[in-house]
Amino acid sequence: MGADGGGPMTVLAELVGWFSDPDHWSGPDGVPIRLLEHLEYTGLALLLACLVAIPLGALVGHTGRGALLVVGAANALRALPTLGVVIMVVLLTRIGFGPVLLALVVLAVPPVLAGTYAGIRAVDPMVVDAARGVGMREREVLLQVEVPNALPLILGGIRSATLQLVSTATVAAFVAFGGLGRYILDGLSVRDFAEVLAGAVLVAALAMVLDLALAGVARLVVSDGIRAPRGRARSSV
Amino acid sequence: MTWLLRNSDLVTDLLVEHVWLALVPVALGLLLALPLGWAATRVPWLRFALLSSAGLLYTIPSLALFVSLPVVLGTRILSPLNIVVALTLYTVALLVRSVADALDAAPPAVLTAATAMGYRPLRRFVAVELPLAVPVIVAGLRVAAVSNISLVTVGSLIGIGGLGELFIVGFQRDYLTPLVVGLVGTLALALVIDAVLLLGGRIATPWARTGAGP
Repeated sequence: MGADGGGPMTVLAELVGWFSDPDHWSGPDGVPIRLLEHLEYTGLALLLACLVAIPLGALVGHTGRGALLVVGAANALRALPTLGVVIMVVLLTRIGFGPVLLALVVLAVPPVLAGTYAGIRAVDPMVVDAARGVGMREREVLLQVEVPNALPLILGGIRSATLQLVSTATVAAFVAFGGLGRYILDGLSVRDFAEVLAGAVLVAALAMVLDLALAGVARLVVSDGIRAPRGRARSSV
Repeated sequence: MTWLLRNSDLVTDLLVEHVWLALVPVALGLLLALPLGWAATRVPWLRFALLSSAGLLYTIPSLALFVSLPVVLGTRILSPLNIVVALTLYTVALLVRSVADALDAAPPAVLTAATAMGYRPLRRFVAVELPLAVPVIVAGLRVAAVSNISLVTVGSLIGIGGLGELFIVGFQRDYLTPLVVGLVGTLALALVIDAVLLLGGRIATPWARTGAGP
């Protein structure tokens, strides 16, 4: 890399060398373990965030109460530096995994919340009226009509949250967290740029694969009768 | 509070650095996104290509992009240029869509009228299409500026991160005050820049404030 005066080809060769070294594929610092750690943080935080955000977003979207709060939270998050939040949690609590995971959950809630809320709000009021007209209860209207119709935007929110989580879990390596961010930060501290780059490639690949997988899920679960309003949910492919 | 007073020089320097690192990419990104967004409205396959690659770029986590750019650019890994280029790329990715959507939304009757009045394509673009697109572009700029301000702090992990460097100071000295100063400062900066852009957008579109018009 630049600092070592090597050209792009040398770096590429070093990168290939790093990936073909069997030492990097086994043990607690091996790629499989680090990858699983990263998936664990991302998946766990996403699951917890969805458990909180989807019911809450559906409720706010259905009743229209608290809408300002939801939109405000989503906007404020964009300005909130995730690294600062993670470090603050560690300084305040002194213990690792639980609180940092909680911080990840908190950062993942707003996108899912905003997507769910926007999705429910965007359902055609005529459709909702019709559902009530055929005698559905409020609960049924929400679960059988509004949620399925809102699915593209809900999944859009989940995709944003996932990208946010993969990114923040990388940064969390700074507070002695595992995951793929370890390679970037450990590599930087010993100036092993092949390791840094390997970490970057792995993180970027993971983000893209998860994003594609979620796009695939969206195709599978969204009813053929509704495509996202004006293709919005597919917009970030 | 005393910490802030004793270190006001440091904090001011970091704030200035932060503003540069976040806003130069916004300006560069806008300059690049305008012609690209315009081209996207003319050539359908280019629109598809641009928006797909923008989406792909957006999935790359910021720290990964920061440390990968030296390979592509030949810069030093600790160079601020990596951050400026990375944030410019994110900004372009975000704004190309805004610009293309905004240009698409111009009422065809207005464009036809402009042509009938003798506007040539370039002048029509500058004098008619672009001003009409301002509100949507400004909305995109606000999102880009605010997320850039937040993303700059990630750069502190590679040594250049504006107010984000205070997070590292706080962590290393196990001291909450610098961290809080960094957090509050970053949020306040985002708030101020957002308000400035909102205001700028209003000033640039005086016709939007005159109500429904005659």
